[in-house]
Amino acid sequence: MRHAFVILLTAATLTLTACGRDNVVPEDAGANSNGANDAGLSTDRQGNDGVITESPLEAEQRRLMQQLVVYFDYDEAEILPEFNALLQAHGQFLARNANSQLRLEGHADERGSREYNIGLGERRAQAVRRVLMLQGAAGTQFTTVSYGEERPAQTGSDDEAWRLNRRVELVYR
Amino acid sequence: MVRVAESEAVARSRRSRLSLLGLIVAACAWCGTAAEAQLNITITEGQDAAVPIAVVPFGWQGTGAPAFDIAGVVSADLGSSGRFAPMATRDMVSRPTQAAQVNFQQWRTLETDYLVIGTLTQDGPENFTATFQLFDVVRGEALTGFRLQAGRADLRRTAHRISDMIFQELTGIPGVFSTQIAYISLERRTDGSKQYRLIVSDADGENAQRVAESTQPLLSPSWSPDARRIAYVSFEGGVSGVYVQTLRTGTRERVSARAGVNSSPTFSPDGRMLALVLSRDTGNLDIHTLDLSTQVLRQLTTDAAIDTEPTWSTDGRSIYFTSDRAGGPQVYRVGTEPGARAQRVTYDRPYNARPRISPDGKQIAVVVGENNRYQIGIVNVDNGDLQVLTNGRLDESPSFAPNGAQIIYATTQNGRGVLASVSTDGRIKTQIASVAGDVQEPVWGPFPRP
Repeated sequence: MRHAFVILLTAATLTLTACGRDNVVPEDAGANSNGANDAGLSTDRQGNDGVITESPLEAEQRRLMQQLVVYFDYDEAEILPEFNALLQAHGQFLARNANSQLRLEGHADERGSREYNIGLGERRAQAVRRVLMLQGAAGTQFTTVSYGEERPAQTGSDDEAWRLNRRVELVYR
Repeated sequence: MVRVAESEAVARSRRSRLSLLGLIVAACAWCGTAAEAQLNITITEGQDAAVPIAVVPFGWQGTGAPAFDIAGVVSADLGSSGRFAPMATRDMVSRPTQAAQVNFQQWRTLETDYLVIGTLTQDGPENFTATFQLFDVVRGEALTGFRLQAGRADLRRTAHRISDMIFQELTGIPGVFSTQIAYISLERRTDGSKQYRLIVSDADGENAQRVAESTQPLLSPSWSPDARRIAYVSFEGGVSGVYVQTLRTGTRERVSARAGVNSSPTFSPDGRMLALVLSRDTGNLDIHTLDLSTQVLRQLTTDAAIDTEPTWSTDGRSIYFTSDRAGGPQVYRVGTEPGARAQRVTYDRPYNARPRISPDGKQIAVVVGENNRYQIGIVNVDNGDLQVLTNGRLDESPSFAPNGAQIIYATTQNGRGVLASVSTDGRIKTQIASVAGDVQEPVWGPFPRP
């Protein structure tokens, strides 16, 4: 099923608010948007046949908005170039939706000392926050928390597990 | 070290002092909290240099079965230190309980260097007296002997005190068998959820008691200098907070839950302040001190780097901490007076973090990282020299025993978090495995105070 991006964003905001801290992917929100949409932004892209259409640009935006994790190099908090588009999409979304709240959860891999890793996770969350604010998001839209190495996404002690654990998760509230 | 020839007389002359010692042992400090699974200690290195000693099962003067196996606990204590190799009871040819019954030639034949004998006497329904004597088998003479009084609930602690006295007599180092450790245990449940527990146990892992429990991370436990309180970080509610909990009563206070990071609490040597790490509204981690009675907060560092893992110098006048202001994490020291500038302490490796000061203030235990291996090292405070003590891949959280002779730390074995200890000369290594779950972040408590 295809959706209009505008519908998606509106519904995403509503649904994400309701879903608490789970990693809600906007696609789920889009599915809900087939029902009555009371935000008044939904129908302007409806085609003659009643099927909602989507431009390639919108599809790309939707794909980016579904990506909610940014990964980092070891002992680094620098945003890698491959995440620029993702963060641009989220930043612009936040700028257009001033009521949206984003929780940035910073994490580190298990190597080294736990409390320093809390520092690394926070630095990564702050780096993501800064980039999103450059797109026009307001500081009041964010909360940050660093779990350090305490909540790995992947168990194990190898390069792949470590890569997946050095991350910031974007959690819409 | 004073060695005495006739221990029975010495014991009598010291009786009044030791009766007091025996009575120090307080009642259960955490009654009502649930007991936890114990830890098991295994010597992994240094066993070949251990001194042979025989701890003969104590005589029993009372009704029914012996109230407690004092010798069993003493034997296990001495063995767990790695410095002694206790003889198995089944290998003992005789089991003397009084000095007159000791046949030194027989014990020499069994190639034991030292011999401990004793008796547990029941004085009343709940009151006991333990006496023991320590002999040098080679010389055929008594070294020391004591008499301790104890209530029924204190018999295990009495055994640890006997271990402490024997250890000090034979090594010149105060024993730490009467001390406690705190650590975090982590249980991964089959439904994917986690249960974090802050545990306090005796140094041998026995008598484990739950201090706090959460499905969200608990970390960074730190003892108050009087061993009565523990500060720690809890992520309950999805945000970090620093808590101080009184062990005896279980009451706790949230002393910091500011925006951003609340991390790494450690008590000042006088117990009145906490050093802690806050990011507040800047998002930048800096070292702060918090006066626990006045709530006055002071910021000690302002660098844009990660400044974290503070620990107080023994005189309380400076704080050692980790900072990556020069690139990778290194240890720095900053005075607690206003306007003090931080000075770098470690240089030797690309990664030196999580400093902890030895009780004499002359050494710093650190996590040393190089070539993707993280191990425990000690740094000489005066000249910065580093000695790496462990050989794991993911060793962390070093903590000195209060006698300075041993460091407890966290490591991994077969993917599980386990605790381990290493002597500060690096020769003796022990592993302390939990019966269930992962264990991490051990902190050795102070000597018990009268």
